[in-house]
Amino acid sequence: MSAYSKADMPKSTPENPMDPREELPHHLPAMRAFAISLTRNMAAADDLVQDAIVKAWSSFDKFEPGTNMRAWLFTILRNTFYSGVRKRRRDMPDPDGVHTASLFEKPAHDGRLAMNDFMVAFNQLSPVHREVLILVGASGFSYEEAAEMTGVAVGTVKSRASRARLRLAELLKLDEGEELVGSDPSTMAVMSRSAVRAA
Amino acid sequence: MLGRMSDKKDKPALRNTIEENLRKVYQEMMDEEVPDRFKQLLAQLKEAQNAPADDGGEGVK
Repeated sequence: MSAYSKADMPKSTPENPMDPREELPHHLPAMRAFAISLTRNMAAADDLVQDAIVKAWSSFDKFEPGTNMRAWLFTILRNTFYSGVRKRRRDMPDPDGVHTASLFEKPAHDGRLAMNDFMVAFNQLSPVHREVLILVGASGFSYEEAAEMTGVAVGTVKSRASRARLRLAELLKLDEGEELVGSDPSTMAVMSRSAVRAA
Repeated sequence: MLGRMSDKKDKPALRNTIEENLRKVYQEMMDEEVPDRFKQLLAQLKEAQNAPADDGGEGVK
């Protein structure tokens, strides 16, 4: 329609607030990441994201502009996940429970922690533990935000996060007095660069 | 090997290790390309919103 398709693309800025729905695409990658960590299954994750988008879309009048949209969307997504688990058993890992680990294939030469080992261990956690680690450990939400999103007390979030980390450490055998792998930043950088993504 | 289980604490070093890994994993998932179905879904929702009386979904493109 327009020769200036890029230039006059509407932008949501604080000075020029638009329909908050315009901001939704910006949060899609994070919603998918959260959904994958909950479902451990790409196809189920995308179905979950789709359901959450539809719900969010029809509830946008309840969204308060200026508040954290990602937290709001994550809350809808997790509520959809938990109600979906009850109805449809959405929380089914792929065969071998390691599908998502294939995203992070990397040979574990020299015995260091590899991303796929980490994912296999992570996927053995309970949904509640996966959730709390993604919210406060990876997404950067505060304990207070995570408490509000998950509908529990701040202290509960803290103890869940602590227990989830310990469980993960057990699964990864990081508790045997060996050198902790991730304590070397250059190692982590190399691991990240060399992570192979399966299509 | 499991002898020190009862001594375990949520130590800062352990916590940092795990959080670094979590952030890496999360970033990898974030970097996955968003499938087209979501662009289509948002376009459909937008059309339905612009033509609320028409529930047939035949919006003008």
